[in-house]
Parts: sequence; C-alpha cells; structure tokens
Amino acid sequence: MRAGSILTRTIIEVEGLYHHYGDIAAVDGISFSVEEGEIFSFLGPNGAGKSTAINVLITLLQIQQGTATVAGYDVGKDPQQVRNSIGIVFQDVTLDRDMTCGEILEFHGRLYRMPSVERKQRIDELLSLVELDAKRDVRTKHLSGGMKRRLEIARGLMTRPKVLFLDEPTIGLDPQTRMRMWDYIKAVNDEGATIFLTTHYMDEADHLSDRISIIDHGRIITTGTPYGLKNTLGEDLIYLETADLPGTLVTLSAMGEVKELREKSRGIVAMLTGDGTKILPQIIENLADKGIRVSAVNLKKPSMDDVFLHFTGRELRDEGAEKPSTAVARAGRR
Amino acid sequence: MNTGFLTIYWRDMLRFFRFKTLLISSLVQPALWMAFFGIAMSANFNRLTSEIPPIPGVPSVDYLTYMAAGVIAMTTLFTSLFGGIVLLFDKNWGLMREIFASPLPRNHIIFGIALSGMTKTFIQAVIIMVFAIFLGAAFFAGFTTAETLLSLAGILLFVGVFSLGFLFLSAAISISLESPEGLQGIITLLTMPIFFASNALYPITAFPPVLQAISAVNPLTHLVSGIRYFTIGDNFQAIGIHYTATSMDIALSFLLLVLFAVLMFTLAMWRFSKATVT
Repeated sequence: MRAGSILTRTIIEVEGLYHHYGDIAAVDGISFSVEEGEIFSFLGPNGAGKSTAINVLITLLQIQQGTATVAGYDVGKDPQQVRNSIGIVFQDVTLDRDMTCGEILEFHGRLYRMPSVERKQRIDELLSLVELDAKRDVRTKHLSGGMKRRLEIARGLMTRPKVLFLDEPTIGLDPQTRMRMWDYIKAVNDEGATIFLTTHYMDEADHLSDRISIIDHGRIITTGTPYGLKNTLGEDLIYLETADLPGTLVTLSAMGEVKELREKSRGIVAMLTGDGTKILPQIIENLADKGIRVSAVNLKKPSMDDVFLHFTGRELRDEGAEKPSTAVARAGRR
Repeated sequence: MNTGFLTIYWRDMLRFFRFKTLLISSLVQPALWMAFFGIAMSANFNRLTSEIPPIPGVPSVDYLTYMAAGVIAMTTLFTSLFGGIVLLFDKNWGLMREIFASPLPRNHIIFGIALSGMTKTFIQAVIIMVFAIFLGAAFFAGFTTAETLLSLAGILLFVGVFSLGFLFLSAAISISLESPEGLQGIITLLTMPIFFASNALYPITAFPPVLQAISAVNPLTHLVSGIRYFTIGDNFQAIGIHYTATSMDIALSFLLLVLFAVLMFTLAMWRFSKATVT
C-alpha cells in the first residue's frame, strides 16, 4: 500500500498547476503525484498556497492553468465525478452549530444521495469510529474543538471516498487532542483511503506522512519521505558555540566529515556525514589544536524544522509567513 | 428524478422548527400587525368613510377585512425577502463549502431554499387568516364550502408563486453579498417602495400617475388583488371604493406573478453560477 511499492497506482496527478488572485500567484506552477493508499502532505507556512491548491483539487475553485486529475477524473472537465470520489475536511470548522452530530452526517449522506439504509449504517459505523456515539443527539455547538474535528473527519468519510482531503486538520487543537487526531487519520488510512493533507506543523507532517512536499511561495521546493528529507541534511547535526566563530568555520570546513555549515547568531551548526557521537570528539580536538575552546555543544538528529530551514532558508513559524509572502497569504487563504 | 433539493429543504425546516424564538416571533408578528395596526386603522377608516354614501346594490366590507389581505401579502413579502439570508450565513460560516463541494446541482440549493421559504409563508398565511377571522374579518362571506376550499387553494397558489419570486431574488442577493448588514440594507430599500406603492393597506385609485404605474407592475399589488378576490369576492365596496375583478383580471395577475418568479429564478441561477465559495 505504501509509496514506493510496485503495485501502487497514481490517484492524484497534478501538472503545471497555476492559480492567481488578481496579479498575485497563489499557486505558481506545481506538479506532483500521489499514490493510492499513501498519506501525502503539503508542508508550508500559512499563505504558501496550500489551501488554494487543495481548493482547486476539490473543485471549489475553477482550475485556471495546468491539469489535475483526482481518482482518474479531470477536475476541470469532470468535477461531478471528482466530487463523488472524495471526502473533505475543511480548514476551519464547517459545522452547523444547531444541528446534532447525527443530523450533520445525515445531511451529508443525503447531499451525496446515499440510500437511506446505507446512510444509517454508515452513521453508526462512523460515530463509533470517532467515538462520538454518545453525542449523536447533541448539537455541535456543545462539542469540544477536538470532537468537532472528529465529527468532520467522520463526515469526510461518510461516502467512503477514495481520497480524503484534510486541510490543516489539527489547527488550534491542544497537543493531546492532536495526537489522538493523528491516530484517527492513521486508522482511516489503514482502512484504505488515500490521504492528502496540508499542514504547517512540522511534527504533523513528519509523524503522519509517507511523503511530504515542502511548499513555499506557491512552489514545491522539494518532495520526499520524511526520512529521506531529513537524510539530505546528513546523519547528525552539531551545534557549537566558541569564542572564535570565523576560526571555527575554517577549521570545520576543512574536515571531510562535515557536509555543510550554517552560521547562527552565537554559534555554528554543522551537518555531518556520519555518526555524530564519533565525529564530535574529533571536532573538539581539531578546534583545540587551533587554540579554540568550545563553550557549548549540542548533538541532535535533523528534524523537519531543520529540513524546512535548509530548503527555504527560513524558519517555519506557526502564524504568519515571512514578509515577502504576506500579500499572498491574505489572497491565498480565503 | 434528482430530489437533492429536498435535502436543503429538510435542513432549513429543521432549523425553522428548532429555533423556537424565531418560529414563534415569525408567527406572532403578523398577528400583532392585525391586532394593533388593523384595529386602530379600521377604527379610523370606518369613521372617515362613514360619511360616504354606500353604492347601492354592492356588498360592503369593513376596513379590517380589506386590510387583512394586505397583511397576508406583506408578511409573505417580508418572509420571502429574508428567506435567502440563511445562504449568506452558510457562506460566511463556511457551511456552504460542504454544499458547493458536493455533487448537488446548484439549482437544487435555490429550489430547496425556495421551497422551505414557501412552506413558511403558507404557515403564516393560514395563521393570519384564522386570526383575522377571529378578530372579525368577514372572509369567505356568502361562500359555499366548496367555494371556500377553492378560494383557500387560490390564496395558497398566489402566495406560493409570489413567495417563490421573492425567495429567488433573496437567494440571488444573498449569494452575491458578503455581509448580512448589506442584505438588511438592500431589503429595507426594496420593501419600502414595494409595500407602500401597492394596494396592501389603501386603494391605489387616488395615487399620482407615476405611483399608479409603479403599483400596476408591482407584484405585491397583484398578490393583494388575488387574495382579495379569493377572500372577499369579485364585486365589493370598501372605504368608499367599488372593487370589481373578473376571472380574467385574476388570471392576468397570476401570470404576472409567474413571470416575475421565472425572471427571478433566472437571476438567481446566474448569480449562483458565478458564485465561488472557498
């Protein structure tokens, strides 16, 4: 089922997708494909163009340029078939406050013209899957944030979609609830649904995805497995603080085990080609030979944060992208 | 047949009966119009017109009976114009995304909302009629049972077609706007001329020519004419004016309402096809 297997089929295929709002290109020519059964993520800051891309794929936005097929259907030519093949969990909560959990699912099933017997059966199944059986007759305004999100996942699954789109599924949830949400998403994927998710949380992309595309300013910067992406940075990262940073740079760049160096405000990050625990003593020794004393040191495995920093040259923050893309952020999200 | 519009209808009715305050106020409000405005005005009008010698041989109805038809029409107008507002809320709260991303054809959203709005106006019309009769309106005077039933059907037919027209208009405006405040403003602007340049509360015979011309094409005028025809009859006098209507006149009024509804549906379809919800 996972990506890389010979048996996989492509379920989402996007070629040269471009989408603009006025003069601003929210999606600036992206191409990618998603294999059946995988969890595929778009990772990027708010305003990177993730939501715009997803809105084109789910047929809420008319495709402007490029081609996109979902579940074998062209989103421009055959939107109706695309709609019948997918489930969606939108970025913000989209539940009628005054309808009960059961009614929310009932309404959705009717919208998709599910036969009444199948509808009832599916509602029972899904409410127990997301552990909301007891809330069936409770209006959604009385649910917690996590419950609302779970109900929305259940709704997205109502019609047994081939692909489930999740736009920032855990935004605004507390850490514990997020973890539980991840478990549900994994469980849904294990049942066979392909999952396309967008997120600006590194840990979420890292934890859930089979493959990740890092997206920034409407472009895909790189695509790979979480492991592969982290590995492009080398095996281990070492952070060093010394009194003589220029001297340290010269010394380290002369070492074959050091793959890449990055200067921070008070220290240096070195990406290593091998096992950091073995290389670190060597580094300290080499520096000592040059008379440079190490005042602080930290050894760690690369995280998705480091990956993002490496590929985009900037840090991914929770809220608001960097200055160059704020205009896109405003146009792109809504 | 695709019955997708029934899904939209089902949800809107669910909400209608769930919000008890809204439900009750929408039913009590027209009754209050009858009780206060109706009784106060009819006391005045009956006094003012008592000097006018009645036209011999023509049955006479009091002002309450005369204006009750206007109150039914007015209530239908207001309820219909506000009927599309739920679309605006759905759009603003993101709920419309679920519907727009579903396979439901967009004209079914319009049909569904129009059908539920029409149901509400039916409930209101019946309640006002019952209340008006309770207050002393001489509805269906001299009608046989069969005639009364036929008249009731006629009233609902007129109310139904009229409400569809304004519900389509309301849906078209709602899907095009961003804020409920904007809709409020537009509706206020629309209701003033529609309501006052009509025969709902007073005769139009004394209007200046321009106002008369407006009221002649005003759908509300035609709805009121229809309701009066079915509740009072084709030949009566009220507040000193002799009213006659042939079945031809009434058929023409009905056709005008149908035409209005068709036009408004076209407008709504156009607005919906242009609408993007993300």
